[in-house]
Amino acid sequence: MNRTSHPILSMVVSRVGLGLLSLLIVSLVIFFSVSLLPGSYASAILGQNATPEAVAALETKLGLDRPALWRYLSWLGAAATGELGQSFAGRPVMAVLGPRLLNTITLASITAAIAVPLAITLGVICARFRGRFIDRFLSTSTLASISLPEFFVAYLMMMIFAVKLQWFPSMAGIRNSMDLGEQLYRMVLPILTLLLVILAHMIRNTRAAILSVMSSPYVEMARLKGESEGRVVMRQALPNAIGPIASVVALNLAYLISGVVVIEVVFVYPGVGQAMIDAVRNRDVPVIQACALIFATAYIGFNLLADIVSIVSNPRLLHPR
Amino acid sequence: MASDQSPAVLEIRDLRIEAKSSDHWSQIVRGVSLTLRKGEVLGLVGESGAGKSTVGLAALGYLRPGARASGGSVRLMGTELLAIPEEQRRRLRGTKVAYVAQSAQAAFNPVHRLMDQITLVAVDRGGLSRAEAEKRAVALFTALQLPDPQNFGARYPHQVSGGQLQRAMVAMAMICNPALIVFDEPTTALDVTTQVEVLISIRKVIAEFGVAAIYITHDLAVVAQIAHRVAVLRYGEVVEEAPIAAIMDHPEHPYTQSLWAVHEMPANDPETQETPRAPLLSVEGLGARFGTFEVLQDIDLRIGRGETVALVGESGSGKSTLGRVIAGLKAPSAGRALFDGAALPPKLRQRPLELLRRIQIIYQSADTALNPRQTVRAIVGRPLTLYQGLRGVAREKRLIELLRMVELDASHADRLPGQLSGGQKQRVAIARALAAEPELIICDEITSALDKVVQADVLRMMIGLKERLGVSYLFITHDLEVVRAIADRVVVMQHGRIVEQGEKGRVFAPPHEPYTGRLLASVPDMAVGWLDRIIAGRAA
Repeated sequence: MNRTSHPILSMVVSRVGLGLLSLLIVSLVIFFSVSLLPGSYASAILGQNATPEAVAALETKLGLDRPALWRYLSWLGAAATGELGQSFAGRPVMAVLGPRLLNTITLASITAAIAVPLAITLGVICARFRGRFIDRFLSTSTLASISLPEFFVAYLMMMIFAVKLQWFPSMAGIRNSMDLGEQLYRMVLPILTLLLVILAHMIRNTRAAILSVMSSPYVEMARLKGESEGRVVMRQALPNAIGPIASVVALNLAYLISGVVVIEVVFVYPGVGQAMIDAVRNRDVPVIQACALIFATAYIGFNLLADIVSIVSNPRLLHPR
Repeated sequence: MASDQSPAVLEIRDLRIEAKSSDHWSQIVRGVSLTLRKGEVLGLVGESGAGKSTVGLAALGYLRPGARASGGSVRLMGTELLAIPEEQRRRLRGTKVAYVAQSAQAAFNPVHRLMDQITLVAVDRGGLSRAEAEKRAVALFTALQLPDPQNFGARYPHQVSGGQLQRAMVAMAMICNPALIVFDEPTTALDVTTQVEVLISIRKVIAEFGVAAIYITHDLAVVAQIAHRVAVLRYGEVVEEAPIAAIMDHPEHPYTQSLWAVHEMPANDPETQETPRAPLLSVEGLGARFGTFEVLQDIDLRIGRGETVALVGESGSGKSTLGRVIAGLKAPSAGRALFDGAALPPKLRQRPLELLRRIQIIYQSADTALNPRQTVRAIVGRPLTLYQGLRGVAREKRLIELLRMVELDASHADRLPGQLSGGQKQRVAIARALAAEPELIICDEITSALDKVVQADVLRMMIGLKERLGVSYLFITHDLEVVRAIADRVVVMQHGRIVEQGEKGRVFAPPHEPYTGRLLASVPDMAVGWLDRIIAGRAA
């Protein structure tokens, strides 16, 4: 058992390597897809003022006259150090996106801190009381909530809690000048909406992951040893279902960063999603690229994390012969 | 053995259990009655589907999902299990009555250490402290002859061998000193050489701790070594119950007698050949690997025309892989093969259709080898069209002929595999192989999944077909009784190498290669007292 290279270590290293490779490929796609846009980059910026001289001058200024590979490498190099270039509006991209990213991460963290434990608990309860009222109720309602488009859920929340009951504001436009309580108060409706969207998915998958383990011989063995049903679920089934649960949690956490665009727009929440919509409207290509890169990083990062969790939760790998 | 006056540990009276299949309930246990006294071991024998496990689990007051008790009574030390609430039944399990499952590999939870799983019930409900429970577990490990008993429990299930894990499960069952243990085929998943060790351990602890036991198995030879009494179960009914010696010497019920069907088949006598057989297949220096793992090394093998070569060895010895390499399903990494004098291309895709026709393969499980959505006509008809170019009336005529050859008739042609019995399905698979009119058939454990009577019938049929058609068999099996009945020559494999090969009579007669000797010595005799002799032989 005292082998020098632990299999887990080499597996984790190779997963991280693969994650970096996917990120590299994504960055290639992001960078070069811009060159597929119609018209030259510079003439698009200059719009009506695009005289040949002006276009050439701008191309030189932006470095567009250099070879594409050189531009890609310098963009990538800068991005790796957190420097995402200049937006067309003249400000550094990080200055535009930084505070927005912080807002999105705040919203995501609060939602995740509530959603993940709640979803796993409810999923376990569904599995434990399979076929009983609580399971059927949650299964039906989660199915309904998955089926509804997220913007519809958002407007529904708004109509009930902002318009009818007038408990919470419909606009979540938080500013730094507001105190924390005020900011949280304004974030209630987006959080509630996001909860409804991601809870359903996680509950259903947790339930399914546990139930698939519940038919294993070792679960029957535990019952034959007289363990109570609750202990069977918690002690025998749950630890063996961690891998699949982690992967659905990762997908939903990635969604909280990259998929919330619609909800941020509906509630006018100043997050990355909003910033990306603005950038698309203004054809601010560096900002769009930066957003795409951030979303891709979140996606790949969370999935990598889930992979590592499921490797580490496998006793065969954790405790080799 | 305990006297008849001692109180019954378990008393099952007229037990009836129903299982739900699609939309109706059908009885799978039909009025079973059994009595078990302290220190007594009752063997429960029968073939798959006879209801053995269902009765065994009922002794724990446990019914599998989809089953219900529809009558009768199960009294465990005077407590009527079917009348008390589930919560009370649950508390008896693990403490008063325990269970040992067939596959310890599957029955231990992979994420917990063995010690935690073994001591759980004792700490939870057995009234022992953790330290006391662990001390008792170590004592049991010692009694069960597990290696390094002090530290054995610190390991995870995947870190110990199958035989050790099976004994660890016996320790888990004994941890609360129960009055009754149900052993459900505890050695079936093990290799024969491991089976002996586990049997010895089980018998030792049963005797040492004076526990009553139900020992479920399909193998009469095994139960003869361990049980005092045997109940033979068929279709959910006890057809015969008697002391073990009486059953072994004078089985009364025709069904019980049929359990000897393969055992009593005459050993085929390879007629001494004046001229050596013309070689059909010869393999030289063959090797194969999965990744870097060498599954086969230096295989030299010859099969003559009309010869049956039995390939024996334990699971994982590379028997099936060798069959697959010859069939072209796996490419070898070294060596070469000649078929009828010509080089056999290593890969399936390099082999012309005519060559594919000449080598056919039949698998252990006809259930998975036959397409469940095709009729027998489509299954057997396809090779007729593919290899022989037969269509229409000619094809139908040949199809019927083939079905007759495998002792089915024309009416089976329109059935789906799901509408056939296990033996009939295997016959269809054999007919499919014969349709190609092959010269070599690779038979991979083709009788292992069948009941003894059916096994004997299929073996007899295979022998007849060989004589009629002059086909050669490579007969892969772990069952030495089958080898005795069918083989001309025997090839013994271990760890991917051939350890011995030769005429059956010579391989089976001493002096043996060490491994062959161990293999032969590990197969239980169909007689009481075999295990006693082994134990006595070791003590001497």
